[in-house]
Parts: sequence; C-alpha cells; structure tokens
Amino acid sequence: MKFDLRATAQMLRFDEAADRVVPPTGFTARLTVFSAFAMAFLAVFAIALSLAAGRVATQWGEDLARSSTVRISAPAGETALQTEAALRVLRTTPGIIDAQPITLAEQRALLEPWFGTDLLVDDLPLPQLIDIVETDEGYDSAGLRLRLAAEAPAAVLDDHARWRQPLINAATKLRLLGWAAILLIATATAAMVTLAANAALAANAQVIAVLRLVGAKDAYIASAFVRRFALRALTGAAFGTLVGIFALFLIPTGSDAAGFLTGLNIQGWGWLWILLIPPTSGLVALVATRFAAARVLEELA
Amino acid sequence: MIELENVAYSYGGGELLTDMTLTVQPGSFHFLTGPSGSGKTTFLKLCYGALQATAGHVRLFDRDVRGLSRDDVAVLRRKVGVVHQDCQFLDHLPVTENVSLPLAVSGQDADHATADLKELLAWVGLTSRAEAFPPELSGGARQRAALARAVMMSPDVILADEPTGNIDWDMSKRLLTLLVELNRMGKTILVATHDLSLIRAAKAQVQTRVLRISNRRLQTAGVDL
Repeated sequence: MKFDLRATAQMLRFDEAADRVVPPTGFTARLTVFSAFAMAFLAVFAIALSLAAGRVATQWGEDLARSSTVRISAPAGETALQTEAALRVLRTTPGIIDAQPITLAEQRALLEPWFGTDLLVDDLPLPQLIDIVETDEGYDSAGLRLRLAAEAPAAVLDDHARWRQPLINAATKLRLLGWAAILLIATATAAMVTLAANAALAANAQVIAVLRLVGAKDAYIASAFVRRFALRALTGAAFGTLVGIFALFLIPTGSDAAGFLTGLNIQGWGWLWILLIPPTSGLVALVATRFAAARVLEELA
Repeated sequence: MIELENVAYSYGGGELLTDMTLTVQPGSFHFLTGPSGSGKTTFLKLCYGALQATAGHVRLFDRDVRGLSRDDVAVLRRKVGVVHQDCQFLDHLPVTENVSLPLAVSGQDADHATADLKELLAWVGLTSRAEAFPPELSGGARQRAALARAVMMSPDVILADEPTGNIDWDMSKRLLTLLVELNRMGKTILVATHDLSLIRAAKAQVQTRVLRISNRRLQTAGVDL
C-alpha cells in the first residue's frame, strides 16, 4: 500500500456532501474523542516532565559546571591562615574569576533546610568553605590541587564532578523517558484511532458498496472517513490539552526547597510543544485512518 | 458498448459462468433471463466492472476492464446506471441526496443540477417524496428512486437487476414504461429478470433481444416467451 501525502492532504479539503455520505456512528466517535482527550492530557504531563528534566540537566550541566568549592578542615587556630593561603593560590590561578570565603551566615542559610532555623552553627565543627567562580574555559584542576597541597595542605578542592555527573545522567535519562512516553502516547493514539476507524469502516460496508455502485473512487470514500476521524481526534486532543494545562497550573509553584517536582511547569518555548499536541493528534489520526481505509477498501473490493 | 468475449467466471473453485460472448449495441434493449442462481447478477456485475472475469475479456466502452485500476473502473461506472433489486440506498440521506449521489461522488456540484433533479423526480413520480428517507418509501417508490439515481449522470447504459422483483404488477409496468422511455431516448438497456410477463409487456412496446443463462452459458432465448 502506497501512502500519497498529497492525496491525503487533499482529503482534508472540506466537502460537505462527502462528509454527509457516512452516517454518524456513536461508539467510534466517542472512542476516538475520548482516546484523543486522554492521550493529549497525558502528553501535556509527559512534555512538562521532559522539559523540566531538560532544564535540570542544563542547570546542573552548565551552571554548576562553572563553580567549585575548596573545603578547609584544619585545627581551629590554623583555619584563618590556611584560608588566606588558599585564597592567594586561587586568586592567582588562571581560569578562576573569583574566590570568596563563605561566611558563617551563608553556611547557616545552606544548612537551614536540613537542620532548621534554631541550629547553633557555632557549636558545630564546620569546615571553612571557599566558593570559586570559573571562566568558561575553566582551570587546571590537577595543577590547582598540587599548588593547594603545597601552600594550604588542609584545603581540599571539590569541582562537583563526582556528584554532578550522575545527576546530569539521571536528568538526561528522565528527559528521554518523557519523550519516549510521548512517542508511546502517539502510537497508542494511532492504534486506538485505527481500531475505531476499522470498526466504522466495517459497520459502513453497505455505504461503501452504494458509493462504489455510483462511481465513487477510493479516495472519495476514504476522505469521508479520514476527515471525520481527524476532526474527532483534533477536538478530543484540544480539550485534553486544555484540561492538562489547567491541571499543570494546579501544581504548586516551585521554591528552592521544593526542587524538581514543583518545577513541573511550562516555560517560554515549551508552550509551543504543548500547542502542537492537538494538530499532531489530528495528523496521527489522519494517517492512521488513511491506512485503515486503504486496507478495508482493498478487502471490500 | 459492452462486449464479452469468451468470458468465464469462477468462484470458490467452481465455474459459475463459462464461454460467454456477447456484444451489446448502443441503443439496444436486452433482457437476461434464467432461473434463480443461474448467474444473472454475476453476469451484470461483470458487465459494469464490479467483478473481474477469470477468463476471457470484458470491454466496456472499448476498454478492457481487466487492465483497469479500481479508480478507472469507478470513472467508467459513471457512464453506467445500475438498478438493483434491493436498491441499495444511503438510508440516512433523503431521496434527493440519494438520487444526486452520482453527481456528488464525481465532484459535480449537485446544487447546479437542482432543476434536472426536480425534473427527474417528477419523471419517476417522486416529487412529493423528495425529502423522504429511503426506509419510508414503498418498494415501487424505492425502485423508481433507484432508477432516477441510475440516470442522474445521463449514462449511456442502464443495467437493472431484477428491478421488479419486490413490486406489484402495476408498479412493474410503470417501471417498464420508464425503461422503454429511456431506450427511446437512445439509452442502452439490459434488464436481468425472471419475470416473463415483464418481457412480454416490453416486447409489445419496443424491439428487444432476450438472452438466457442456462447451464452456465449464455443463449439467445426462443420465441416461446
């Protein structure tokens, strides 16, 4: 069976007379609209998940890649000296824009989400942390480690690579999972529409016989079914998308502490993907019905 | 117009029709008789391309049906009006839309043919039933509606398969009158029927040729009708 894109596109041309030749069929109409509705609803969340995972991967991959930390764990009396020495090394290292010690207040703010507001930081043996901001090119971490070992032996360089990469991998896989879900949703939509179209075509074998008797070409007969199913899928998907967007708005907006789950929203160009759901659903239904019609018309010939 | 040359048709391992040769001349009026199950409907279907001969050649308007695509056959079929015993309508559409269906499927604007449509419905006596739906029509009215649909595209050939099978004698005569009128207009008519009274009535009005299917073969019927 050959798929002629131009002929299929022509089938979308509005033809009231052709649309009337096929009687409205109850359950296939409801099945198609409901399937498209449910699939579009799920697609909104799959896209939101994928986009959110993409944002997280980008954030961890790019933003955090340009920062690192030096941790100084020295006896109380030596911490200040070691910090000064480490800062001197850092500020003269090519590839480092800035190096600033993290103050006690900042450390308290960092620990608050985990230990609460009444934490007595002074009582804890916290290491001194130095926040490093890198250039785009970054620095030579092996060389820096050697210099720190010589000038400030208590300083340990943490370039975040050890914990960042697994997170990036996880976020990337989550994004792929989202797109795989979208692909599955499209496939399931096609399968449901094909089933419904097959049922409608089989139920209208008599109509097809009459149309052939009066000289209707296969394309004319198929177009009546293709238009109808594409329109049903478009309608169902439009409603499903609207309800999905509404449901997305019901998810609380994110805070720094809430993290990934509350970041499940659509931003900027992401809306384009969402707006593409109804026409894509209509297109999937069009192609699925076209193939189903071609097969059934061949069988009935 | 319609030519069959040594045509045979087999189905399910058995040969239903064999060695059939016939030339239907333009403007002629043919009857096809034979007992039920003899293959009259199959013969008509071969004539308008709904079935493909398993042997021999069927030529419709000088084109061999065997080599044609389904779309080509569909286009040829627009030149052939077909009336079935069971009529076959789209029950959800009124009579007017059923009758103008051939125009719609051939891409012609049915609105521009409104005058023709009214004239046609008046000719078959269905003006008052124009907006009725097929299930609401009597057997005779359905046959007349089917005939109106068959001639909507002004075809050169009308094929009718047991058109009087489900209607009374008065209505049969009325339908025959319409077919004779069409023949006098120059249309070629081929009617499959086992109703010998209808054939006799037609012979009284117009020159006809009577064919019979017997033992899977086509024969010219004698004068004993």
